[in-house]
Amino acid sequence: MALVLKDITKVVQGETHIKPTSLTLETGQFNVLLGETGAGKTSLIKMMAGLDPIASGTVEMDGVDVTSLSTQKRRISLVHQFFVNYPHMTVFENIASPLRVAGMAKSEIEARVQEAADILQLSPMLKRRPHELSGGQQQRCALARAIAKDSQAVFLDEPLANLDYKLREELRELLPELFAGRGAVVVYATSEPEEALLLGGKTALMMDGSVAQYGPTAEIYRAPETLTAAMVFSDPPINHAAVQKTGDMLTMGDVRWNVSGDAAGLQDGDYIVAIRPNHILPTPTERATVPLSGKIGVTELSGSESSAHFDMNGLGWVSLSHGTHPYEIGETHTFYMDADACLFFAPDGTRVA
Amino acid sequence: MKTENQKAWFFVLPVLILVAFNALIPMMTVVNYSVQETFGNNQFFWEGLTWFEQILRSERFHAALGRQFLFTGLILAIEVPLGIAIALSMPRSGPWVPVCLVLMALPMLIPWNVVGAMWNIFALPDIGLLGYFVNHTLGIDYDMTQNPLAAWVTIITMDVWHWTSLVVLLSYAGLVSIPDAYYQAAKIDGASNWSVFRYIQLPKMKNVLTIAILLRFMDSFNIYTEPFVLTGGGPGNSTTLLSIDLVKIALGQFDLGPAAAMSLIYFAITLFVSWLFYTLMTKDDLN
Repeated sequence: MALVLKDITKVVQGETHIKPTSLTLETGQFNVLLGETGAGKTSLIKMMAGLDPIASGTVEMDGVDVTSLSTQKRRISLVHQFFVNYPHMTVFENIASPLRVAGMAKSEIEARVQEAADILQLSPMLKRRPHELSGGQQQRCALARAIAKDSQAVFLDEPLANLDYKLREELRELLPELFAGRGAVVVYATSEPEEALLLGGKTALMMDGSVAQYGPTAEIYRAPETLTAAMVFSDPPINHAAVQKTGDMLTMGDVRWNVSGDAAGLQDGDYIVAIRPNHILPTPTERATVPLSGKIGVTELSGSESSAHFDMNGLGWVSLSHGTHPYEIGETHTFYMDADACLFFAPDGTRVA
Repeated sequence: MKTENQKAWFFVLPVLILVAFNALIPMMTVVNYSVQETFGNNQFFWEGLTWFEQILRSERFHAALGRQFLFTGLILAIEVPLGIAIALSMPRSGPWVPVCLVLMALPMLIPWNVVGAMWNIFALPDIGLLGYFVNHTLGIDYDMTQNPLAAWVTIITMDVWHWTSLVVLLSYAGLVSIPDAYYQAAKIDGASNWSVFRYIQLPKMKNVLTIAILLRFMDSFNIYTEPFVLTGGGPGNSTTLLSIDLVKIALGQFDLGPAAAMSLIYFAITLFVSWLFYTLMTKDDLN
């Protein structure tokens, strides 16, 4: 089964919100839509669900053109960022509601609700109302409703965004198990690069209403086609700067280093170099050898990682390393960059090495 | 939980003083009259509960009370569903929203006695637009000054015209507060329009509807000006509602004792029915 989008666009009052987009989303894996708020993830999902009108192009589900089919008639599920449940129904009735609408037999409904509730650990709460549940339980109820239904496509629009850290991890681990073997196309929208990497599958990077790149998640992370794609798929943001190549030397401001790897094949000239913060470390290692001196600005400690924003003559970069490092704000610190991890882009943003 | 100290009383004291001045003290005057008889000259004679007994046994009171409940029941039965229906059909966003809201608010901005006078002239069979139309164009005999049914139809229509807007505005406020996500979820479940209303809109409107019903009950149960100006309680006594009857007793006949007793009974009924409505409508939340 597959969900195929062919050149779909969304136009609101003469303004193009989604530029012509073509994607083939398949079953058996997570299809992640990754992009910042406003990149068009939710719009794209609403268009696929039939909730928002499509200006041009077609949507096919399992080989059938569903572009003009109403939402009510499509076999789909949607889980929102907000916890959406029917307020005056019990958890059981909530999970059962789409099945009842579909006119399923009572015994079948009970079996399906029970199964969904078991997977999502909701069995003890089937008789409660949504407002008597915690946020995590409410979202599990919404997820249970989505899986109990026999859908061709399941859309998850930042389903974990409003949950606290622990619950998010818990539910995220549960997600692959939830949809394994159901035969539905799973589309998962998120604004967090880390979440995309954890879910694996394929990722479509979204930016300004269009898909910048689509492919296996790990591959896109390793080899972004454009600077834009690299920027979307990096948290903290990817460091980038203008660089000149002359012979086998690279010059970035007053930092110079020997060219290595693919970049060696580049013609002399101006490029943009980009490097992920985790390849810039506070101490030299076998790989991280190119010294970068900068004045420490903001520093952040998060559990086992520490990040430092530093300033090199007006160029603000970030370093992200394991362990805790006692940076002092305002001091000049020398970081070391792993030159082999550098990505090179032409001035127009396409990757060259 | 056990009360730790009595400090909290100081915090409610200002409210108690306020309530005392605007409700309890004026009401004590009424209580005072309700248990005494006066013939003027500031002379009072103790009567105990005589007036209460007299009112409670009076057929005139029973009839007025019956008419009052009929009136309130009818307008609630019309205004609540009609108000919800209008609110549902109003646009939830766009340039027409303020237009609809202003149109809805207009009837409520007109002073009560003006509403009564307006409808009085409007419904007169010889010169009123409505009265002339119904009598001469439709050929239906309609004269609210002669026919009790016509009088009832007129006061009910007038109240519906004047106050349905309140239900509309409150219901609309409840409706627009429902996030789009709920409507989308319902669409995805394949729910019909009726299910959306029954399982999303109605539960989400419940709180504002409770307020709307309570306000409409209290206002219509105590209504005086509009029907008084419109029909004066007639023809005969057919539209003499409780408050109109009360004023007749108090100021027309100057029977201050029975009028005071009737006021208190009237007040007790309003209070009791309001409490009953509120308890029934919020029962679900307390469980």
